[in-house]
Amino acid sequence: MTTAGLLFFDGLLLISIVSLAWAALASRDERRSVILFMAFGLVLAVAWSRLLAPDVALAEAAIGAGLTGALLLAAAHKRPARVAAGEAHNIVDHGRTGMDALLRWSVTLLCAALAGALAWALLHAFGNPPQDTLPRAIAANIEASGVSNPVTAVLLNFRAYDTLLELAVLLTAVLGIFALGQTTPGYRPAGPVFAGLTRWLVPVLILVAGYLLWVGAHAPGGAFQAGATLAAAGVVLRLAGRQHVGLPEGDLLKVVMAAGVAVFLLVGLALLVMGRPFLGYPPAWAGVLILVIETAAMLAIAATLVVAFIGGQPKPAGGLADSRTNVKQKPGKAAQC
Amino acid sequence: MINLLSSILIVAGLFFYLAGSIGLLRLPDIYSRLHALTKADNLGLGLLIFGIAIHAQDLLTALKLLLIWLALLAASAASAQMIARHALRCETRP
Repeated sequence: MTTAGLLFFDGLLLISIVSLAWAALASRDERRSVILFMAFGLVLAVAWSRLLAPDVALAEAAIGAGLTGALLLAAAHKRPARVAAGEAHNIVDHGRTGMDALLRWSVTLLCAALAGALAWALLHAFGNPPQDTLPRAIAANIEASGVSNPVTAVLLNFRAYDTLLELAVLLTAVLGIFALGQTTPGYRPAGPVFAGLTRWLVPVLILVAGYLLWVGAHAPGGAFQAGATLAAAGVVLRLAGRQHVGLPEGDLLKVVMAAGVAVFLLVGLALLVMGRPFLGYPPAWAGVLILVIETAAMLAIAATLVVAFIGGQPKPAGGLADSRTNVKQKPGKAAQC
Repeated sequence: MINLLSSILIVAGLFFYLAGSIGLLRLPDIYSRLHALTKADNLGLGLLIFGIAIHAQDLLTALKLLLIWLALLAASAASAQMIARHALRCETRP
């Protein structure tokens, strides 16, 4: 009875994932596809938690559905001209259409090839008895890792190299965003209801981020989920029309953005000096070191994601008055709708 | 007894979700659709949460569930107002 019910639920989940993905791809209105993509991410998060992977589910909901959706919506907002015309395809010249079709087909082919390879790998995996050498190895060494959540143990201790490089990728990305120049003034000030919501939502988001960071040591959570939640506070502030989205100013911002990689490297090098392997924490110190690294990583991830959302370097402090006048100067139809 | 009560609450919650979804699909304009969606779903989630909270092992879990409902109430009230405001300004008047 219960198994049949769960099977039914899983079937529904699968059908919704595939149909939401299809609807998001097939929609010609960019905003509609982004919103469908966010719904797709949320359903995917439910699927991850059904697969007993709550860490991935949290990351998918916070980063995949929430922040990526916000980024895509902001990108779609910036070029409304193409969105408005559903018939844009008929207007553009043939060379462009040809390129579009070529791009679309090559992406489709690549995706099909990837799906085929994954299906082949899965089929292969199902043919063999399940190998639990990795979970057993983690369980055998979890005491030495300093945390009791196996996912955090892998991310911050056993495979800390990978996480360090991921943070380096984020740092590189934010350098690219900084190269885009200064950010646009942003949205007009929020109405009373959204302003009121912002006033209590932002502190709650900050609190939740701290909780996720702390709880990551022994339950699902950690720096990436916490950073995404903290960044969501910045996104809310930006949407509410605040010029300051909670980012520190000037050089301090650069320090915060580099903090993840810097603290990671400092810890690793200090351990090298002390005669241990690079990032090979002594078991007695592992818990504290992981918390320090994760705190720095959370701040860096949050700052990076907020900078990505505002789409450029934040304006210096003096720019507040400028931006106000900028907003006032063009209250045209773009500001209205 | 507890099982019966929680089943009744959950089924009632699902009924409101169903009503809200049908309203979202069938009602003619954006304002009545918003009304159906946010009002009915808020009530549906509330009943659902109470139905689940009865089964909770301790008070803390029940309070966490309640917190989820309160957060959703605030979010859906604010987003309904914002969507309606935008629609009033830019698209159609009721």
